[in-house]
Amino acid sequence: MSILGTRVLRTEDPGFLSTGGVYAEDVQDERLAGACYLHFVRSTVAHATIRSIDVSAAKEAEGVIAVYTGADLAAAGLAPSKPMMPNMNQAMLAPLLATDTVRFVGEPVVAVITEEMYQGEDAIELVDIDYDILPSVATMHQALSGERGLLFADAGTNVVCTFGDESASNRDLFEGCEVVASQVIQNQRVAPAPMESRSGAAAWGEDGRLTAWIPNQGAQGTKGALMGMLGLKPDQIRVITPDVGGAFGAKFGADSEHAVTCWAAMQLGRPVRWSETRMENLLVMPHGRAQEQKITIGGMRDGTVLAYRLEIIQDCGAYPKAGAFLPSLTRLMTPGPYNIPRAESWSTSVVTNTTPVGAYRGAGRPEAAAAVDRAMDLFADAAGVDPAEVRRKNLLPKFTEPLTTAFGAKYDSGDYVAGLEKALEAAGYQGLLAEQAKRRANGDALQLGIGLSSYVEITGPGGEAGGPNENGTVEVHPDGTATVLTGTSPHGQGHQTVWAMLVSDELGIPIDKITVKWGDTDLVPKGGGTGGSRSLQLGGAAVQQASRELLDVARERAAAALEAAPSDLVFDTETSAFSVKGDPDVSVPLSTLAEAERLFVRSVFTAPGPTFPFGTHVAVVEVDTETGKVFLRRVVTVDDAGTVINPLLAEGQRHGGIAQGAAQAFLEEVVYDDDGNPLTATFADYPFLSATEVPSFELVDMETPTSYNPLGAKGIGEAGSIGSTPAVQNAVIDAVSHLGVTHIDMPTSPQRVWRAINAANGSKEA
Amino acid sequence: MIPASFDYEVADSAAHALSLLAEHGEDAKLLAGGHSLLPMMKVRLAQPAVLIDIARITELSGIKVEGDEIVIGATTRHAEVAESELLRAEVPILAYAAAQVGDPQIRHRGTIGGSLAHADPSADLPMTLLALGGSVEITGPSGVRVVGADDFFVGPFESALGPDELLSAVRVPRGGAVPWGYQKFVRRANDWAIVGAAAYGGRVALASMGGTPLRATATEEALKSGASIEEAAQLAAEGTSPGYDFHADVDYREHLARVLTRRALEGKAG
Amino acid sequence: MTEIKLTVNGVTRSDEVEPRLLLVHYLRETVGLRAANVGCDTTSCGACTVLLDGESVKSCTVLAVQASGRSVTTAEGVVEADGSLGVVQTAFRENHGLQCGFCTPGMVMAATSLLAENPHPTEQEVREGLEGNFCRCTGYHNIVRAVLAAADKLSGDSAGAQAEVTA
Repeated sequence: MSILGTRVLRTEDPGFLSTGGVYAEDVQDERLAGACYLHFVRSTVAHATIRSIDVSAAKEAEGVIAVYTGADLAAAGLAPSKPMMPNMNQAMLAPLLATDTVRFVGEPVVAVITEEMYQGEDAIELVDIDYDILPSVATMHQALSGERGLLFADAGTNVVCTFGDESASNRDLFEGCEVVASQVIQNQRVAPAPMESRSGAAAWGEDGRLTAWIPNQGAQGTKGALMGMLGLKPDQIRVITPDVGGAFGAKFGADSEHAVTCWAAMQLGRPVRWSETRMENLLVMPHGRAQEQKITIGGMRDGTVLAYRLEIIQDCGAYPKAGAFLPSLTRLMTPGPYNIPRAESWSTSVVTNTTPVGAYRGAGRPEAAAAVDRAMDLFADAAGVDPAEVRRKNLLPKFTEPLTTAFGAKYDSGDYVAGLEKALEAAGYQGLLAEQAKRRANGDALQLGIGLSSYVEITGPGGEAGGPNENGTVEVHPDGTATVLTGTSPHGQGHQTVWAMLVSDELGIPIDKITVKWGDTDLVPKGGGTGGSRSLQLGGAAVQQASRELLDVARERAAAALEAAPSDLVFDTETSAFSVKGDPDVSVPLSTLAEAERLFVRSVFTAPGPTFPFGTHVAVVEVDTETGKVFLRRVVTVDDAGTVINPLLAEGQRHGGIAQGAAQAFLEEVVYDDDGNPLTATFADYPFLSATEVPSFELVDMETPTSYNPLGAKGIGEAGSIGSTPAVQNAVIDAVSHLGVTHIDMPTSPQRVWRAINAANGSKEA
Repeated sequence: MIPASFDYEVADSAAHALSLLAEHGEDAKLLAGGHSLLPMMKVRLAQPAVLIDIARITELSGIKVEGDEIVIGATTRHAEVAESELLRAEVPILAYAAAQVGDPQIRHRGTIGGSLAHADPSADLPMTLLALGGSVEITGPSGVRVVGADDFFVGPFESALGPDELLSAVRVPRGGAVPWGYQKFVRRANDWAIVGAAAYGGRVALASMGGTPLRATATEEALKSGASIEEAAQLAAEGTSPGYDFHADVDYREHLARVLTRRALEGKAG
Repeated sequence: MTEIKLTVNGVTRSDEVEPRLLLVHYLRETVGLRAANVGCDTTSCGACTVLLDGESVKSCTVLAVQASGRSVTTAEGVVEADGSLGVVQTAFRENHGLQCGFCTPGMVMAATSLLAENPHPTEQEVREGLEGNFCRCTGYHNIVRAVLAAADKLSGDSAGAQAEVTA
């Protein structure tokens, strides 16, 4: 029986559970012996010019080895970085350390290096920076209007880039619609907040090479980013990826602090360690989401949707990063799983004096799902049709051949209505409606809300020429063990176990004899990393493919060894050996074939395109209508990502995504005041989800395979966070819709809910 | 993340602690569980030059009956207060309140004296002591004095404790049969209260409605005049001066005070 | 500098430390036990949780000097004598109660303390018992399952009431 599809316990776990993972802060390596510690002095104001920096007192402090400013880096020839994509305003340069201007609270200004860790925290207090405060562009609208000025004088604007064309908008988009509903909604800024904050360690060898230990989502991309920031050549730098304590999209590439750490190590001729505090993390690690959306939806009273418009403003924060182009993914997924005859969208990305915005679990696609599913409910409410019925009526019918939408997304396979029906049945939808009706009739203070979301999302996108791809190398050793090299970069997803399962399935080697390696650019020079839910469908497929190709090579050797024709041999995974057909005693183990010559294959798997997992989430909430507090009671999900290779791990990915998505809907938010000062920069202030706010989740199984890889697998990592956000938001609004509430922005905090109820009561007839 | 440097002394008795306080003056702070003080020191909002550890003074810990009061040593941990059979029977509101402080790890370390001395207007125990009409025993150079809850909380994070004094014990009335209720409105389980209400007999105390925990005096008066719980609770916000933050504006806090006071008076806990 | 003497995972140690040295840094840097992690600066996240005299504490908010004369147990210390995982650790593995692992040692110690005080918790009691331990990866679902499974195993009581976790 195949090991694939079974609940294999992770081989990674014993170490994590006992001695703990070895994260960057834990790495003990002789190359880091005698390391000193780096701490940053960061801007305490949102927008200012720097009049002066006085480091004299800091330099005298106990244990201080060196103090560096942006001027030092500039003198050393380190140039600011241009935005990553050519369509972004190229005048919006990001220095490694601020030189003349600071643009967000937390921006690094000075680097202080000390012998010991604690000394650094003392020394940074002694740096004195004199700021001339400038008006803060605190919001997207202030950025667009220019009323607070520009962040980058040379840019001439606060607009980073646009996608789509507002001027080409169809004025008659809603012609013929009996019902039209419109709403401006917020997809609010959240903090990725992985449990491990950012950190790094750097050491330069006698050979002039830099070795950098940096938690990341793809060592190859991290290396490329450091090369760019530091002006290094590929052979000058090796990136090693320690265990990574979560990433969620925010640990791709490298940040300026990583570059400064590496540079300082070179300057000092000593290894340097850096790790940030949680406050720094909440202030400076790129934030997620931060879109304002205007949704307009129209259709007929029978629940048929005819038209939909999505207008997006994206807040990029102070320096354009990944966040600036995420609206292009939002646009790509504008209609979601729905068959909408006429739809259009466009976006404008702007800078503000806040933390830069980057990728966060779903990266652009949750925003699309949240918009279209909020729109579906707005429409359902306006048309007087049950939200489940609206979805049933408008979801694209089942398809097995790829289907291209008007926005250019080629959905590979989908059975959206089946997903909806399964979720509704598992949730007991009719029973929930009855309970809700009963409480409404009773006028209970605690009301029940049911929220739906049907979503489709794009995984494994890949911008590579030739299509999304990943490499995998499999080597069988004479002692019967095997080594796998992968270009993916797990940080909790369990690739060590699952890639071993795939190889074991092909080669018959037990998984505990298979070692999987990643994240060392000397060992794996090329790779796309882990993100965008790409790993299994590309990296896993590559590893499986390499195993199959290895068997082809081995077959030739076996034929020679057994003096038979290759086609007369059979490979038995039970014994991991070739034998002659009909003569099992004439056999040779796979490992033996590695004795005379190394037995390994490196293979690149290329997919025809990205895949599109889909599903439906049903959320059930209770709302205390006296206080506005929301209690999340149930989340029932169908998340169909094709073939499931390890159900135990797939469920874990769904749980984590559901929790994060739900947290955005009713709990988490990054808040700034009108001067750009952050109000949620600690875990006490930022309402990070804890175990008491969520229930156990109810997962329904459904697998609609893709034809795009031999596994039949799509990406599961982000799907949970895409469906749950709109489902929970819709549920909260549903709980109080009988009171006249039609919309509540996320997070549906108690105060927001209470105000919505009051506002509706105020406008309702007595 | 790391406190500024300080010197550390261990006091082996209350008298020893007092002499160390006298010696070091305003530069010194007492350390029991440290779960109010150390978080402030870690972000450098507090930078005492000397910490005097009183956690090892056994005479300062423990729960005992004294007539119609229960006396709780200042360094008694929240977990012990929460799990005390005696308190659950005689002062159930206090046992309940102690179980609401922070999370289990915090309750294993934080102490009742430390929490009261910290005088956080959003915290559980100051509000509860005020509802109980309890008092604190303060030991200083000139002996022991007792300060009632109504007089102990002077301002935000400011109590009637002098810099040379030690909060040595907490006194609460025995009253297992007295009706009580407790409401702590939070977004997440281990948050401080956005608004809190504690009712004990005819006394109602509020958290996060001003610079100190406050009595809902208008509500108490109304109850005395025979008003219903519903009517009396409508007056809960009178005389309060809540702040605002991104969780709650002033009008929302006032609304919560009314709702939570009603629920607490109805005997609801949680 | 202050001299401290304490037991860590059963081994007695004497060290000279700065008064401000946090217990978590003492364990990580001085003793070399790095399972406990620092995850925040406001005593919120619990990634640093260890046992102090058998009770869970956040070692980032305990000074090493406060632990003098006491015993500390870390995740490294609840492994069995033969090196195999303890009951709680095994339950976490069997129920996929960890992904990136950063919160895990703290979770294991918090769960260990929780079960010592409440051997038969309900699901709600487990969630409340872990309110001081944050996890970003698992959504808590499998962590709760793991703790309930460990409770069953420790109490050896298969006839006892088992809280059902819907999944």
